[in-house]
Amino acid sequence: MVREITCTQAIAEGYAVAMRKDPSTFIVGEGIADRGGCFGHTTGLLVEFGPERVLDMPISESGFVGMCAGAAACGSRAIADIMYVDFTTLAMDQIINQAAKLRYMSGGQYEMPLTIVGVSGANRSGGPHHSQSLHPLFMNIPGILVVLPSNAYDLKGLLAAAILTNDLALVLPHRGLLNARCGVPEKDYVLPLGEARVIREGKDVSIVAAGMMLHHAAEAADKLSDRGISVELIDPRTLVPLDENTILKSVKKTGRLVVVDEGYSNCGVGAEIIARVQEKAFDFLDAPMQRIHPVSAPIPFSPVLEHALLPDLDKIVDVVMKVAR
Amino acid sequence: MKVTDQIKISLFRTMLRIRQFEMAVREHFQKTDIPGFAHLYVGEEAVATGLCAVLNPDDYVTSTHRGHGHCIAKGADLNRLMAELWGRKTGYCKGRGGSMHVYAREVNLLGTSGIVGAGLPLSLGPAIHAKLNKSGQVSVCFFGDGAANNGTFHESINLAAVQKLPVVFVCENNLYATVTAVHESTKTENFADRAAGYGIPGVIVDGNDVMDVLEKADKAVARARSGKGPTLLECKTYRHFGHYVGEPGTAYRPQEERNEWAKRDPIRMFCTHLVENGTIDPEGIEAIEHEVEKEIVEAVEFAGNSPLPDPQTVAQHVWSGQ
Repeated sequence: MVREITCTQAIAEGYAVAMRKDPSTFIVGEGIADRGGCFGHTTGLLVEFGPERVLDMPISESGFVGMCAGAAACGSRAIADIMYVDFTTLAMDQIINQAAKLRYMSGGQYEMPLTIVGVSGANRSGGPHHSQSLHPLFMNIPGILVVLPSNAYDLKGLLAAAILTNDLALVLPHRGLLNARCGVPEKDYVLPLGEARVIREGKDVSIVAAGMMLHHAAEAADKLSDRGISVELIDPRTLVPLDENTILKSVKKTGRLVVVDEGYSNCGVGAEIIARVQEKAFDFLDAPMQRIHPVSAPIPFSPVLEHALLPDLDKIVDVVMKVAR
Repeated sequence: MKVTDQIKISLFRTMLRIRQFEMAVREHFQKTDIPGFAHLYVGEEAVATGLCAVLNPDDYVTSTHRGHGHCIAKGADLNRLMAELWGRKTGYCKGRGGSMHVYAREVNLLGTSGIVGAGLPLSLGPAIHAKLNKSGQVSVCFFGDGAANNGTFHESINLAAVQKLPVVFVCENNLYATVTAVHESTKTENFADRAAGYGIPGVIVDGNDVMDVLEKADKAVARARSGKGPTLLECKTYRHFGHYVGEPGTAYRPQEERNEWAKRDPIRMFCTHLVENGTIDPEGIEAIEHEVEKEIVEAVEFAGNSPLPDPQTVAQHVWSGQ
């Protein structure tokens, strides 16, 4: 039987897989060495890989992300553990103006094996600065891989894969899933980037949802099944690159699509996926496609407001019922 | 480092090469052969030249928007550099970068930069890479007085200091951040004084005296290479032209000030020094001038005759393996 571990443990294991595989890999972040990370997600790395490859940083996001980008260009493999994805905003110049386009600007002279890891998403009153889902911001910039794992198994394998590519990657574990367990092999493994997974097969409506939203959508699918609606549920796992084929194949079968995402709707994941399906599978559609996103407001602190803002089981059920009619 | 006559003549040649390259850039920018922007290094040649003279070929340099001088001093090929400025396929970056985004891996030049202050964090990368690999390489970070007031200055110097990274931070203080005078943007007299706040040496350098730059750079580089950590050099200098070619209005710099600095032209001063000390005679100087002129003419011809990039390749190099 495969042992079960949490997403927190899976992050540490994903890091270790890549650091074992390529000895040029190093990791930096705040409190990630002796302390083992503020979520306990880097536990064991210092002992296994030593203080030269596991470095605590001052609270200087622009400084250490830029350092990692420069080192990556020189041929080291770099990991910047930035704690919360909200803190990437402090390093945006280095991410968007430097790391994402350094290969391009240099005409292909440099590679960019840099991975930035930040916990993402709303969970129990993190408030406006520790709850955001900023992945659509990064999806808009050419040259950034965007990975949104929904479970510990995927997290370990996709994180290792992201680190071992030569592209800038952003890996965003969901804060609300850090303690979620599932079966994860102890052995080192790497999963392919850009392959969606069909979580359950169905015939009436396709739902695409990543990260925490996948779990809400799965619950909704159970409830909808009781009402006679058969949902096909797809976890894209990576948003860049997006496994368009798996989504198109599903929509061609069901004729209906609902996208659920924790990023905002404006220029968001729903808009992107729906646009692509419209371009490539319009004739297969039996109903207007729908998207479910948070209310376009900052993520509020008070639990009742936070709940009002986010997509949840009931909202998904309502929308799918209307689409399926 | 012992500075032989041969080295001195080579310093003169490099400064002259930068000057003539920049004058050609100015001419061809005004003729619209060169698109985009052009920020000239004229007047500041001694800084890049003196600094790069003490580096090994595999040491790293990060540069600025005013970066042609750093590229040339680091040994970049004049033809490929000029072709990049012209947006040609044969340029270092195949026309994707242009003046403010020149990268030349063959000489470990990790880029000029269109973002003021961005090179400071980036310069820590080669340094930690060298430290991890125990390669003994040093990373030199050029930036201006404008960048010294960006947050990246603080983050990067503190981080380099605490990690004892082999970096030399070179502030080229040309007294103006675009058009804002340094006394209007900065309370302290010397940027070098800030080094004390990071627990590292800060050294004031005469940025128009190539020998002063070389001597102080040599110490800073040796310190970095021996694992003792970074140094902040502040090179006081002046640009002869505006912030960029075609700048409207130059009244923000008093004529008197410009005249004073023109008297301290780094190339003329060094030339006088070399001739007066008998290092080289006026005929020798003239011969070098002709040789450099020929190189620049060749670079312009190379750029002008080079093919444009193929529009079909516009998306190439966004991702690895392309």
